[in-house]
Amino acid sequence: MLKQIEGSRAVAEAVARSRPQVICAYPITPQTHIVEALGALVKKGDLNAGFLNVESEFAAMSAVIGASAAGARAYTATASQGLLYMSEAVYNAAGLGLPVVMTVANRAIGAPINIWNDHSDAMSQRDAGWIQLYAETNQEAADLHIQAFRIAEELSNPVMVCMDGFLLTHASERVDVPGQDEVDAFLPPYAPRQVLDPADPVSIGAMVGPEAFTEVRYLAAERMRQALDLVPAVAADFAGQFGRSSGGLVRPYRIEDAELIVVALGSVLGTIADAVDELRDDGIRAGALGITTFRPFPVQAVRAALDGDHRLRRVVVIERALAPGSGGIVTADLRAAIATADGGAPRPEDTIISTVIAGLGGRPVTRKSLREMLTSAAQGNLPPFSFLDLRSDLVTSELARMRAARRSGPSAENLLRDLGVTAVS
Amino acid sequence: MFQVRFHGRGGQGVVTAAELLASAAFREDRHAQAFPSFGSERMGAPVTSFCRIDDKPIRTHEPVADPDALLIQDATLLHQVDLFAGLKPDGYVLLNSARGFGELGLADFTARYRGERFRTVPASNLAMTHLGRPLPGAPLLGGLAALTGVVSLDAVLAAITDRFTGQVAAGNAAAARAAFEYVAAETAELARAAAQAKERERADA
Amino acid sequence: MPYERIKFYQTGSFAAGNRLLPADLRSVQSSGDRANALTCGHRACQGCGEALGARYALDAAMRATKGKLIAVNATGCLEVFSTPFPETSWQVPWLHSLFGNAPAVASGVAAALKAMGRPEVRVVAQGGDGGTVDIGMACLSGMFERDDDVLYICYDNQAYMNTGVQRSGATPPAARTATTPAVGPEPGNTFGQGKNVPLIAMAHEIPYVATATVADLRDLEYKATRAMDFRGARYLHILVPCPLGWGSAPADTIKVARLATESGLFPVFEAEAGQVTSATPIRRQVPVQDYLRLQARYAHLFRPRERTDVIARLQAAADRNIARFGLRAGPGQPEQPERPPVPVAPHRDTPQER
Ligand SMILES: Cc1ncc(C[n+]2csc(CCOP(=O)(O)OP(=O)(O)O)c2C)c(N)n1
Ligand code: SF4
Ligand SMILES: [Mg+2]
Repeated sequence: MLKQIEGSRAVAEAVARSRPQVICAYPITPQTHIVEALGALVKKGDLNAGFLNVESEFAAMSAVIGASAAGARAYTATASQGLLYMSEAVYNAAGLGLPVVMTVANRAIGAPINIWNDHSDAMSQRDAGWIQLYAETNQEAADLHIQAFRIAEELSNPVMVCMDGFLLTHASERVDVPGQDEVDAFLPPYAPRQVLDPADPVSIGAMVGPEAFTEVRYLAAERMRQALDLVPAVAADFAGQFGRSSGGLVRPYRIEDAELIVVALGSVLGTIADAVDELRDDGIRAGALGITTFRPFPVQAVRAALDGDHRLRRVVVIERALAPGSGGIVTADLRAAIATADGGAPRPEDTIISTVIAGLGGRPVTRKSLREMLTSAAQGNLPPFSFLDLRSDLVTSELARMRAARRSGPSAENLLRDLGVTAVS
Repeated sequence: MFQVRFHGRGGQGVVTAAELLASAAFREDRHAQAFPSFGSERMGAPVTSFCRIDDKPIRTHEPVADPDALLIQDATLLHQVDLFAGLKPDGYVLLNSARGFGELGLADFTARYRGERFRTVPASNLAMTHLGRPLPGAPLLGGLAALTGVVSLDAVLAAITDRFTGQVAAGNAAAARAAFEYVAAETAELARAAAQAKERERADA
Repeated sequence: MPYERIKFYQTGSFAAGNRLLPADLRSVQSSGDRANALTCGHRACQGCGEALGARYALDAAMRATKGKLIAVNATGCLEVFSTPFPETSWQVPWLHSLFGNAPAVASGVAAALKAMGRPEVRVVAQGGDGGTVDIGMACLSGMFERDDDVLYICYDNQAYMNTGVQRSGATPPAARTATTPAVGPEPGNTFGQGKNVPLIAMAHEIPYVATATVADLRDLEYKATRAMDFRGARYLHILVPCPLGWGSAPADTIKVARLATESGLFPVFEAEAGQVTSATPIRRQVPVQDYLRLQARYAHLFRPRERTDVIARLQAAADRNIARFGLRAGPGQPEQPERPPVPVAPHRDTPQER
């Protein structure tokens, strides 16, 4: 049904239609509205599921692990500090091959504490063994959850659906919320291969030593390889049944003849599309490549998208997280993909890749700034690594101080000192 | 695209108002997007929310920097927040106040804009009368419908009755209608005055 | 001459109630050189019980330690409303790390002070009920069990307020929160859940455990001061009404807190080494309805019809508290141990007037 609805509610409804049997979560901004809506559905009796208000994210992920191992379809949601707090269990769920689905309402990580959107949280778990899907719109966020349960259960691997905190979770947009019959037709009931069952006792979670650990990890890599086929197949199936395209590996926009391609994940792609249109009006042949599936990283699809018969010159990667000491997380994967795709020849040397760190901790990524930055990229003036809309005045004084005296201290508080405010008066 | 920025204080329904406007636009088969800018403000702190309305899908997710209209739920914000930042030269402003812009000491400021598009409506008073609580969101939306025509009053009323139930729905709807009529009457009055002035000019000439 | 009855209220300033007392018996807040540990300008809601409780507790602890205090804060309303970048309301050295680790961070601060030979500097850790009874429980129990020299203060507003009023392990039965909505056959939070952390703290047999509310601020000051008499792990649990989460009028914060104690729903007591040493008797017991009615989070118990069944269960819980802690004043009740009549003065190291 077509609705004007808050993203969180749309996701809650999509999750509810997926008939989860156990939902456990711990509140954290900006995930709260999703879980609250699900809690209300359960309490009202509209959704027949166990709903646990647990005492921490560690307990939330642990409880869905238990539920999934007992054969139930299980769901949780978190963000930021919460995702980090549950991290040990996040890895564990993947290692156990449990088809849990989790929403991550993307938010920055502290210190300094910050409740606003960027991708630091999900990116920190990129090697946990979960499939990671990033939603561009609330429609896609809702759709991805339905696909996620199917992907997770077909593959026996957990799936994380990432949606930008506030920008999507708290935005009211037009969403076609799938009906129960449609979802039932798309998503069969969960039929696990192994469950905890007195009728057929199995042991799950045994220790594996050097004799087989490598092989277990090899199989984890293999599952991810299989996901590269399954994710687009499920997306195609979804498009066939629901009549709209959501999910898949990558989403190209006007890249056919592009000489400048912006690569990004999540809701910023909408703003980028507007900027690309404007650049085209200016005579710059720009395009965009959205990466919907970040884990597994779709090497072939990325390479194919960047590898048309056009003479590609520049790729600008918009990074919504910073890897201090390394730079851009997406850039690293992209660079590897371009350098040597499976069996393919290396890219010509003339592709110039720039990393732009943007939109950290809720700093808006505006069309205006994108356009200026991309224009300078097209003119060859963009450095290999830069920050969008950096307030240089704020960092210059702190850098000067650091040069003058090597004394430790948290930089947020050092900035305070420079602003003339200190914690102790 | 028509972009509205809402200013108010935590607890006044600033976010709800933006969502109601989006929902009203949706009812008229338009694309709309509403979202808050706030995060951790408590009751009473200044908060902002946004609404975009367009005939085609809205892709951008940036905050509204250059609004076509401002809805100001609390006149005490006038001296606290840069409310008019980015307002388009032909933009609309609807302020919750029983007093006019002149009385509020803003006559100089409004002179830079199209004066007939800067209006006040006693939204809190109307809400007190009809709803029993000083929540100015619904009446301001009724007023916005009258002032800009970007959505119809019917769509606003439908959005209200869809969101709320019982007396709350009825009270908000009545307050929205009253505000619509208040603004529409003032518009008619302004038009009459303008016509008379023109008439006089012509007579003088 | 017109006759007017004068009521003496604690107003926390140089008001009548304080001025009529000898200087050495006045409250910490009445002193001009109080620390103002949490000073004005913070962003708490009107009528925030947590802001009030924190100010009284820390100012008393500051006086008891002659200003040699370091505070560690868990994530939560108190942390967020007191430090909106680039400002801070804290006039004590203050550290916020994470939501669930404040007790352990405080243990670390205490260990460092000991290692660096600064035993006179004392440590307070503080957090909301969620940060304390739920996510912080493991670290808290560890700090208790090791008897680390930290006073932990829990500001209990009975839900996760900072994230928009979700249920915590301290949310009382039947209360509506965002995750225990007032829908379905058993609206609000479930009966038979939740934990009593003062009792859990006592089970660790730490030197000092106390409960208090913002309705009796002299008692709160006394307990924060008294806690500083001890070395080792101490726990102070303060009931702090939250107008936003409870749906009470901002002006009713003190009243609601008082009714919580006078109904018996929130027992006020002290314990040393695992034994209750005093309990504040209820002067005039009120039915739980008097307390519930002031709060929208219980509105579903009165509308559309009065849920006498649910109210009776809450009354039974209050009655159990009254019996368990001996809260009924008057004959036939266990003797209350003598306690200094006015709280703040008796502390050994406290300079009476600075
Ligand atoms: C690991 C982690 N999970 C969740 C959160 C989100 N969070 C921050 S404060 C808070 C609630 C605080 O509740 P409480 O401790 O009762 O303090 P109050 O705000 O009610 O004073 C939550 C859930 C977080 N910061 N870190
Ligand atoms: S929400 Fe409650 S605890 Fe938080 S600042 Fe407001 S009144 Fe205080
Ligand atoms: Mg709390």
